[in-house]
Amino acid sequence: MTNKKKKSLLSDQRFIVLLVIIALVIVYSIFSKEFRKYTTILSMLDFSYYNTLLAIGVTFPLITAGVDLSIGTGMICYALIGGTLVRNYNCPIVLAMLICVAVGMIIGLLNGILIGVMDLAPFLATLCTCMITRGIGSLFSATPWPTNGQPGGWFHSIFKLTFGSGRSALRLPIGFVFVVLLVLLMEFVLNHTKFGRYTIAIGSNKEATRLSGINVKFYHVMVYVVSGLFAGLAAIAYAAVTPTVQPGTGAGLELDAIGGVFVGGVSATGGYGSVIGSLAGIFVIMLLKTGLPYIGLSANWQQIITGLVLIGAVLIDILKRKRAVVA
Amino acid sequence: MGEVILTMKEIDKSFPGVHALDHVNFEVRRGEVHALMGENGAGKSTLMKVLTGIYKKDSGTIIYEGKETEFSSTREAQDAGVVIVHQELNMVGDLTVAQNIFIGREPKKGIRIDDKKMIEDSKALFEELNIDINPKEKMSNLTVGKQQMCEIAKAISHKAKVIIFDEPSAALTEKEIADLFVIIRDLREKGLGIVYISHRMDEIKVITDRVTVMRDGGYVGTLITKDSTKEDIINMMVGRVIYEDPKTHSMVAPDAPVVLKVENLNAGKMVQDVSFELRKGEILGFSGLMGAGRTETARALFGADPKQSGKISIMGKDGQLHEVHINTPQDAVKAGIGYLSEDRRRYGVVVQKSITENSTLATMEEFTSGLFINKAKEKKVTQKYIEELATKTPNAEQLVVNLSGGNQQKVVIAKWLIRDCDILIFDEPTRGIDVGAKNEIYKLMSKLAAEGKSIIMISSEMTEVLRMSDRVIVMCEGKKTGEIDISEATQENIMDKATRNID
Repeated sequence: MTNKKKKSLLSDQRFIVLLVIIALVIVYSIFSKEFRKYTTILSMLDFSYYNTLLAIGVTFPLITAGVDLSIGTGMICYALIGGTLVRNYNCPIVLAMLICVAVGMIIGLLNGILIGVMDLAPFLATLCTCMITRGIGSLFSATPWPTNGQPGGWFHSIFKLTFGSGRSALRLPIGFVFVVLLVLLMEFVLNHTKFGRYTIAIGSNKEATRLSGINVKFYHVMVYVVSGLFAGLAAIAYAAVTPTVQPGTGAGLELDAIGGVFVGGVSATGGYGSVIGSLAGIFVIMLLKTGLPYIGLSANWQQIITGLVLIGAVLIDILKRKRAVVA
Repeated sequence: MGEVILTMKEIDKSFPGVHALDHVNFEVRRGEVHALMGENGAGKSTLMKVLTGIYKKDSGTIIYEGKETEFSSTREAQDAGVVIVHQELNMVGDLTVAQNIFIGREPKKGIRIDDKKMIEDSKALFEELNIDINPKEKMSNLTVGKQQMCEIAKAISHKAKVIIFDEPSAALTEKEIADLFVIIRDLREKGLGIVYISHRMDEIKVITDRVTVMRDGGYVGTLITKDSTKEDIINMMVGRVIYEDPKTHSMVAPDAPVVLKVENLNAGKMVQDVSFELRKGEILGFSGLMGAGRTETARALFGADPKQSGKISIMGKDGQLHEVHINTPQDAVKAGIGYLSEDRRRYGVVVQKSITENSTLATMEEFTSGLFINKAKEKKVTQKYIEELATKTPNAEQLVVNLSGGNQQKVVIAKWLIRDCDILIFDEPTRGIDVGAKNEIYKLMSKLAAEGKSIIMISSEMTEVLRMSDRVIVMCEGKKTGEIDISEATQENIMDKATRNID
């Protein structure tokens, strides 16, 4: 038996993904002067926040071999609810943000009960809540959250600190620091808490976990609550970087997040994954999505290439498993 | 016996780390029943898988009907007339009998499936074999025995010339076995070559013409059945004469208190009014044929499956029996019961995780301080049990998937010992475990019992039951049919009770 601890860095999917990111950045930088600008990086980071937050959350259901399709439309729905409260009901911005998160957790709880307690297939259950959140979102009208300078506009500074004004304003992407901290926190939760351990165990072998006397139902529900919680946080990030939240949008964003998580090395059959990997994976997706136009490829190519990258990532996972079985 | 129809010569096959087949020879003649014997892991199934195209041989030749052949798939083997009747039946429960028999080659009428022809053809098949089954019946409504008959009918309908039976009797009742033998004799009469894989010596003597024995992936020899004794065959199988002393008397102290009392447990058809008591330090064997309801009883007791009624009492700290309500495995574990499933990989361990993670899975509370898992403590305790149980592994971080069956079983035992369970249910404790490791598991179980743990052991191996149990409970078709003290237990009286309810 070989000692598994001494595996090379190259066999760690997260490391491969990091190489891919670096390669992409280098290629883009060589071919595009535009890409090398600070503002380009800033705007890319801006749009990475909500994607990353969605990815962090959905990592957990994916590790249990489930899925959460409701996070994209859910995020828009929560942002619309929060924005409407602030605009039309003079709700304090802090309260609006808390409500975003709370509603996200409620939808997550609903998902969790449908899946963990009532045994609906995750795909089906979250497809339903995806439709529901999209519908609820459509009941509201397009809602701009307060802009910088307006009362409550300070919440933008959670994600970016702005010095000066106008085009020459200096902006610091402080949101990136917070997102990275959240990633590290959730990586820790995944590997060093009971909740994380059980999440992995459920994904690896739910029945053996149940027969070990663990309250599998409760933890299965919690997994979706966490996913919903992060969709709520993503709603705030989305509102902070988008001028107006449009009802009826958001479908498809969950797929970017889910794709990113798989690129980051979560096993397609559950039982293995890492939040840091998800962060790396989402950056691959982001770079493909926003970067390709800089080197003269139309946006259509992004979908095709992303799809191919995903196939590659899942194949790596399958190959790894086959090798493990042989050993 | 007619001429040779199939010859396998010097077949060699290796998997990474295992030399599964070492230059094995085997031949089948027309009109003979040829037994293939050997202990678990001797390579019988691998040899048959090489024959039917599931595995590719590394070297050696297969000559079938005079021509050198290598089937690349079961389909190809089937078309050529070499068909395997698997131990686990490959039937689609929701389809009818006829649909199952003709699956993949349904007769057509235009673009429509010709159901009428399919049913008539099935009827003709059953008549030929003298089997009474309605082709329109849903497969899942049939007994295991009847399902097996359908498998045979399916094989015949493939114009089979060689049929391989892989432990066909394992799940059958005595009457069903008798019926099966009638069919097998009939097939032999018709000039088919039949390979019969089984562990049951009595059957081998009754039904087969020749016996080929394998051991550790190698070919040992071939005997004419009627000219050889059981001992001849056993000696060839084990390579040495071993004689396991059965337990002669109970090791339980006469005044040992009852730790678990189950009264009138009911859970579906497979568990009807089952009552028994388990005493401290006792190994209580549960014997019976497959499908007797033993596993179902254990799962109902453990809360893994719902039960309709029944009273379960467990000895509390005060030494008195108290009724407990067990509705989920969680309740059972809280009450101090641990369950070691017969199917470890599905229900026992989380294979892709480390020994540590598996060992502490049922006891997370003890290893969490505040919010966080105390990994150092986890590792220390796991290491302690690796040493105590002599689990063979380079370290505690080894993934369970890389361990052998016996060592995986030890990880599950460690899980329940860490949890400090006083009642352990071992369901087929040595299934899929090789001979050496088996002995270790037995010693471990005896040691646990001597230390005051109480053990329920479900086992389909008679030698295991007779060797380990202090008392034997026999079940048949969901009912308890006997309770025998080990001093009076014999293979015969257990088997008699295990088949009692069969009409």
